Amino acid sequence: MKKILFILFYILLNAKNLCLAENTKLQLEIYKNLRCLVCQGQSIADSNSDFAQTIKLVVRDKISEEKSKEEIYDFLTSKYGEWIVYKPKFNKSNFLLWFLPYLVMIFGGVIIFVLLKKRKNHRLN
Amino acid sequence: MKISFFRVSIFLLVIFILSVFLFSLDKTKVYDTKNLIGQNIGSFELKSLNNKETINEKLLRKNKFTLINFWASWCAPCRAEHKYLIKIKENSKNIKILGINFKDKENEAAKFILEFGNPYYFLAKDLDGKTSINFGIYGIPESILIDENLKIIKKFIGPINNEDYKIVLKLTK
Repeated sequence: MKKILFILFYILLNAKNLCLAENTKLQLEIYKNLRCLVCQGQSIADSNSDFAQTIKLVVRDKISEEKSKEEIYDFLTSKYGEWIVYKPKFNKSNFLLWFLPYLVMIFGGVIIFVLLKKRKNHRLN
Repeated sequence: MKISFFRVSIFLLVIFILSVFLFSLDKTKVYDTKNLIGQNIGSFELKSLNNKETINEKLLRKNKFTLINFWASWCAPCRAEHKYLIKIKENSKNIKILGINFKDKENEAAKFILEFGNPYYFLAKDLDGKTSINFGIYGIPESILIDENLKIIKKFIGPINNEDYKIVLKLTK
């Protein structure tokens, strides 16, 4: 009986630790995607400013209230605008930001293709 | 005349880069939270500075206008704006000021009020600053003017000055 109780206690303790570790991982992930609005190019994770400390407390509270990552970002975005998140949600005002790298890549590819084809034709002639 | 594809591409790329610079550099974008104007403040609950009562949004619905002022005794610009808050209290009948003492020590806050006067109708404390996040506060002093429906009419980021004082009087006539 004692052994069973000990094993149960051990499992419970580890489950709690695992849960805490998961929460810490999630906290850090969220902090890294949040911009410190009063700092020069620092994320909430990097900053020790008053604002960053408060945001950390709020994020921790929201996680303990079992809010999802998206819900936390939505809450903070509703208060501070899209600027607070480093990776903003896709919308009509930032579609260029999302698609521009792909467009540049395609455009560059077309230029390289045309130039190589031209060179090949030139050699053949 | 045969136009080289390569030249056209480079030309288009240069035009694109120049237009990006033209449109984005032309705008002076200083970050603020004025986008909250027109929105309603959410529900909140804070203890009064003397711990005797609870201050929430229901109390503010009773006022025609409320100016929510975030301040602290350690904040130097708060001292500069304080005289304008007192002037607002004295010269506007329609407005009540809610002072939210931000991350401060209670005795220091009380000392500040004794020294500079009390412009506040309600005086609440936000010791850990968490409630201020609900108002989109990112530094103090900041003030938010709301109407009886709790709709944000104006946000003042930084200390209230004479010009802001006039704006408050005009908006709350």
